[in-house]
Amino acid sequence: MAKEQVISDEARKEIEGLFHHLPHKQAACIDALKVVQKYNRWVSDEALQELAPILEMSAHQIDSVATFYNIIFRKPVGRHVVFLCNSVSCYIMGYEEIYKALKDKLKIDFGGTTPDDRFTFLPIPCLGTCDHAPAMLVGEDLYRDLKPEQLDEILAKYE
Amino acid sequence: MERPLTQHMKSDGTALSLKEYEASGGYEGLRKALKMTPLEVMNLVKDSKLRGRGGAGFPTGMKWSFVPMGEDAPKQKYIVANGDEMEPGTFKDRLLVELNPHMLIEGMIISAYAIGASMSYIFLRWAYHLGAKRIQVALDEAYQAGYLGKNIMGSGFDIDMDLHTSVGRYICGEETALLNALEGKRANPRNKPPFPQVSGLFGKPTIVNNVETYCNVPHILAKGAEWYLSLSQSEGGGGTKLYGASGRVKNPGVYELPLGITLRELVEVHAGGMQDGYKLRGILPGGASTDFLTPDHLDIKMDFEEVAKAGSRMGTGLIIVLDDKTCPIGMCLNLEQFFAQESCGWCTPCREGLPWTAKLLQGIEDGQGRPEDIDILSGQTRYMAPGNTFCALAPGAMEPLQSALKYFREDFEEHIHTHHCKYQHH
Amino acid sequence: MAKVYIDNKEYEVPEGKNMLEVCLSLGLDLTYFCWHPAMDSVGACRQCAVMAYRDENDTRGRLTMACMMDAVDGARISILDDRSKEFRAENIESLMINHPHDCAVCDEGGECHLQDMTIMSGHNYRRYRFKKRTHVNQDLGPFVKHEMNRCIQCYRCVRFYNDYAGGKDFGVFASSGRVFFGRSEEGTLESEFSGNLVEVCPTGVFTDKTLHKHYTRKWDLTSAPSVCQQCAVGCNTLSSERYGKIRRTMTRYNGDVNGYFLCDRGRFGYEYVNDEKRLTRVAQKNQTSGLDAFEAIKAHLATKPKMIGIGSPRASLESNFMLRQLVGADNFYLGINKIEAEVVKSVYDVLQNGKVRTPSLGEVENYDTVFVLGEDVTNTAPMIALGLRQASRTLPKEKAFALKIQKWNDAAIREVVQDDKGPFFIATPYATRLEDIATGVHYGNTEDLVNTAMKVAEGIAKGSSAGSDFIKETVEALMASKKPLIVSGSGMMSQDIILAAAKIAESLQDAGKDVGIVYAIPEVNSMGTAMMGNAGALEDAMQRTAEDKNTTAIVLETDLYYRADEASATSFLNNCNHVILLDSMENSTTPMVDYILPSGTFAESDGTCVNNEGRAQRYYQVFKPNNDMLSSWAWLDMMINQTTEARPFDNIVSEMTTALPVFSAIRDLAPDADFRIGTQKIPRQTHRFSGRTSSAANISVHEEKPPVDVDSPLSYTMEGYHGNPPSADIPFYWAPGWNSVQSINKYQIEVGGPLHGGNPGVRLIEPNKNGTIQFNGRKDIKGKGQFEVLPSWLIYGSGEMSAQSPAVAKRVPEAVITMSDKTMASKGISEHQLIKISHPKGEIALPVHACSSVPDNVLLVPYGLKNTMGIQFPFNTDLE
Ligand SMILES: Cc1cc2nc3c(=O)[nH]c(=O)nc-3n(C[C@H](O)[C@H](O)[C@H](O)COP(=O)(O)O)c2cc1C
Ligand code: SF4
Ligand code: FES
Repeated sequence: MAKEQVISDEARKEIEGLFHHLPHKQAACIDALKVVQKYNRWVSDEALQELAPILEMSAHQIDSVATFYNIIFRKPVGRHVVFLCNSVSCYIMGYEEIYKALKDKLKIDFGGTTPDDRFTFLPIPCLGTCDHAPAMLVGEDLYRDLKPEQLDEILAKYE
Repeated sequence: MERPLTQHMKSDGTALSLKEYEASGGYEGLRKALKMTPLEVMNLVKDSKLRGRGGAGFPTGMKWSFVPMGEDAPKQKYIVANGDEMEPGTFKDRLLVELNPHMLIEGMIISAYAIGASMSYIFLRWAYHLGAKRIQVALDEAYQAGYLGKNIMGSGFDIDMDLHTSVGRYICGEETALLNALEGKRANPRNKPPFPQVSGLFGKPTIVNNVETYCNVPHILAKGAEWYLSLSQSEGGGGTKLYGASGRVKNPGVYELPLGITLRELVEVHAGGMQDGYKLRGILPGGASTDFLTPDHLDIKMDFEEVAKAGSRMGTGLIIVLDDKTCPIGMCLNLEQFFAQESCGWCTPCREGLPWTAKLLQGIEDGQGRPEDIDILSGQTRYMAPGNTFCALAPGAMEPLQSALKYFREDFEEHIHTHHCKYQHH
Repeated sequence: MAKVYIDNKEYEVPEGKNMLEVCLSLGLDLTYFCWHPAMDSVGACRQCAVMAYRDENDTRGRLTMACMMDAVDGARISILDDRSKEFRAENIESLMINHPHDCAVCDEGGECHLQDMTIMSGHNYRRYRFKKRTHVNQDLGPFVKHEMNRCIQCYRCVRFYNDYAGGKDFGVFASSGRVFFGRSEEGTLESEFSGNLVEVCPTGVFTDKTLHKHYTRKWDLTSAPSVCQQCAVGCNTLSSERYGKIRRTMTRYNGDVNGYFLCDRGRFGYEYVNDEKRLTRVAQKNQTSGLDAFEAIKAHLATKPKMIGIGSPRASLESNFMLRQLVGADNFYLGINKIEAEVVKSVYDVLQNGKVRTPSLGEVENYDTVFVLGEDVTNTAPMIALGLRQASRTLPKEKAFALKIQKWNDAAIREVVQDDKGPFFIATPYATRLEDIATGVHYGNTEDLVNTAMKVAEGIAKGSSAGSDFIKETVEALMASKKPLIVSGSGMMSQDIILAAAKIAESLQDAGKDVGIVYAIPEVNSMGTAMMGNAGALEDAMQRTAEDKNTTAIVLETDLYYRADEASATSFLNNCNHVILLDSMENSTTPMVDYILPSGTFAESDGTCVNNEGRAQRYYQVFKPNNDMLSSWAWLDMMINQTTEARPFDNIVSEMTTALPVFSAIRDLAPDADFRIGTQKIPRQTHRFSGRTSSAANISVHEEKPPVDVDSPLSYTMEGYHGNPPSADIPFYWAPGWNSVQSINKYQIEVGGPLHGGNPGVRLIEPNKNGTIQFNGRKDIKGKGQFEVLPSWLIYGSGEMSAQSPAVAKRVPEAVITMSDKTMASKGISEHQLIKISHPKGEIALPVHACSSVPDNVLLVPYGLKNTMGIQFPFNTDLE
């Protein structure tokens, strides 16, 4: 019974491309996880199993690395991840208002995913744009100097 | 006033292309460096009194000089740029990599030449997607132009450079944890000694410097140590510094200014003073892990020595301003929650002490504090003092708290006695 | 030596240590968690904080972790100063924030390092009032229990399991306050050394699942120093009993053998002692049982029948010797087949008459280059494999020392070493579990491996090599090394392999190398029985009884059906006129004999065994059973002397050492039974032992008179000397303030070093400087057939006893015939297909398993499983 492959051939190639400039394959572990995530949105147990022989590590060893980091998802996430900065400058500038507004609009709290799989809502430490607080990222797009009124328009851009 | 780091940046927010960078004098420093011996480059940087811009202000030339050189030295050595910049309230390296990535690349190539490294990595924080794209473009351009790769500019010197983007965690900014992250491992810090200069990335001699630190190097090479020293208003170091401000000031942002301007000038002139209706209560002078200063400190110089004398640290030089309508306990709580979450979990005081600290602050903020909590909190600041923990994360976390306990004690007491927080937002 | 100052007192200490080691070695109490003597320092827990001072004028000091501080000349610290004391207490308070305080229901309670350190730190009142974090626990298989909430995150478990023992299915997950130690997915721990987590963990996260099934607090256990019976390495153990059942096995430190660790077969294989199939009564076939039957045996012996004795490599020297005394040296046979006898004899020969020394297991990790020939060490002598794993880092570590990194700075050394491996070559018939550290591997059948080895030996002798890349690389590496180690053993049941390995070692010695040779051999006393002299093998005994049916056979601790094929065993038993069996467990032989005398296992008897190094080691009876069981030597002594009570052990030893001078050093191996400290014996029970007056109340309300031990300096009860006994003879670890296994520090001259008074055991074998081994290459290949059938070894399963333990039994895999993919394809066989192969004494049918490492002319059959026992390896066969 051939199991379905969760890491695509394309992703696999991309991972193998990471090995140059590195003394051993394990050193590409984090980047490989990122590649998996780029294609699959998150890193499933099956993905770990498939990654293991590519990196010459055990799935346990990869998971040990994966779970250390904030941005490697070991649980499914929606199509778009909304990262709201909750660090100090955004706190001073009132990110909590944005948080409440987003919670109302998305009907989920931090850590949640909308039932239609459209958004996952997460807090994120300082986005390094404190001079334009409060700030958030949706996927890779940065939004700054946020006002609750802008949220509808922003969210509407993401299907 | 000269602003070598920022004066050529374009106002439209796009990055300098290689052509534009070269037109502004880019890669001149490298050209000069390659005509010098590595030791001469190292000495020039020493003479310039360039100090690390990552927070600790360690003299850069001296750091380099600990790298083993000569015949017996390991063949493989590394140069690493620390662009993790996850310290809350800090956003200077973002500016550099987004608007002028070639400056960083050139600085790193020169540094690699000085210590004999043949491989280099830019470690960039995950959230800087735009920066990452621009660095990648610049790297491709530099390879094409022969600034990177084998036998660069006919000098016989080989240097490769890769971009590595992080996957989030503040501790990755700690240089030894960063090396572990670059090795694809869990980013726990390493014990020092051995220092990275001796055993760093993959156990090989490695220099880790901040992005801004490297960005100074091409200018020092191009224009000399004298010139560089003349930029500064500080005894302790040369050059300009990227300062910045966030919080309720009129003009939050990054400003390149001579090292050693006063805090007052920074707050009142460049940051434009407080927004209308807000009063200044406190300042974290260099990121989340520095002690509060108060309006009484406005006349100190923003350099490594003076800020230390005032009981804080210059850190990254980007100030976070606390106003009179924001709860200082709420601010401390926000900071300590951040640090507790970002602890790597390796050493006991940080892993266990920070969550406890955050819970105590949460209790006080929620009106459930007890009088003895203040003692426990100050006990925690002693327990996590520098040297007691494995790395500087937890001691850094204690800095705002210990100074808040000193300067805003009445707020703590009032919260505890009235069982509530009087500030409108928390 | 370096002069250091601790609380203003001057001490002379050896160079190259850290301050924590120094303090502990000096007997000073200092708290710690993450440091471990075998795994060194990482500085994570911060519990060993002391005040460090620049010089005598420095009055402020700096808080410093002792484990990360070099004990260089002039180093100056204080343990007693107030700030560091306060810090250590605060640190404990922090660790307690999330600890559940469930000592009352925790298996670690009473021997918990965290408890000890908490008390030592002086911390008592906890101020934390918020919720504790909780974790989900995992089922880690039959050996180790997991209770993550007790974790204090010292990272020792991962450092042992992954870094030290090479495990890959365990780790640390998540970060900050949520770090979790376990597996990515629940499941059985794969490492052969997982049980060490129980001892390495300073609290109750990893505990012994077999103990848990019949749990007893440490202080209620009756314990004795023992020796593991599961392989020829003879690791030192502490074995503990309550209510007539053995409850667990723990490591007994012996720096010359197993150090701080045990393998899982050794640790968890003890449970057969408690099995229902244990023989507990003297029995006479179809007749009365009980001691009358013994009278009947004595009466039969009084008729002076013609006797032969079948000795056993799993019985003590004393038992084998007494059997030999009873039947006479000419009538004494070993209960093993000819090939095995020949192989073990060659090993003894090489070590005794060859010029190369065999190092102790403790020394193995110091070798810099390794060549393994023919042996699947992980499965036949697991602890040697653990030692070899350390040896593979000897050379790479030098790079770190060149950078002036201290030898105790574990993480820094690992950083420099990275994945580098020292030269490590393996030539075996199939891929072994050391493959991951090998720098070169080669697979072959016996002939191929012997030829390969001889070419290596030749290459070294000539200083230039010819042949495959593997041969060239091996020769080069061995020639370049300073301290090469050759490892081989009886696994392939080939004398030629043993001798070929010896030739390599010899040529290295001639080339001026500080070479060592280590052999794995089959059983706990294989070496001891081989040293007893020229005894015949089982086939010889069978031949003799076939010729003379009027023979009484006295069979010592041997299941003939395990040692020989069914037909031969049955006809032997039928041929004998009388069979008297001394054994401990029902097996296929027991229903066939006339008399049974219940023998004590290691738990109910005293004895001496000689391990693969030639080290004689004493094990002590753990408890007096409530039935007829006795040490086999005691039964035999009573049979010889027609008495009802055996002479004490010391008398037997002295008779043996007089009769067999090879063993004379054994006389001083352990203190005599009349050894006393003051007037007191060494108690097997702790001074907190409870329930003594009531433990037998269901039988009688009168407290029984405690049994007296005439065989050893130990007493069966809590009465006796309560200070530290001689380190080599401790029945349990304990020292004031130290209830956990870490109290071993108090019994060592310096931490991690030899025990006070020396490590236990005496070496009986030393090489002969002028000796040489005669061997010129492969002798005749036996048998016909396309395929050579070789045994594959299973740590859980190969062997008579351990697989009878329920926990180990769960790990015994299905028996399969393993062959190469190519063989399968060419013969049209598919995976799992049942096939039949014939061996010289019959046939065997098993499912097939493909393995790419197996050579095309080799088939593997697991050694010594229930359905493969009695097969004599190697043999040749065909597949139709
Ligand atoms: C918790 C922690 C986080 C840090 N984060 C950063 C960072 O994001 N960027 C940085 O340049 N240095 C950071 N540092 C400082 C680095 O460890 C190191 O000192 C610096 O990169 C050296 O560069 P420099 O000599 O150029 O200043 C951090 C230190 C600690 C303890
Ligand atoms: S102080 Fe300790 S736990 Fe905290 S980040 Fe540093 S090493 Fe990790
Ligand atoms: S034993 Fe020294 S820090 Fe853990």
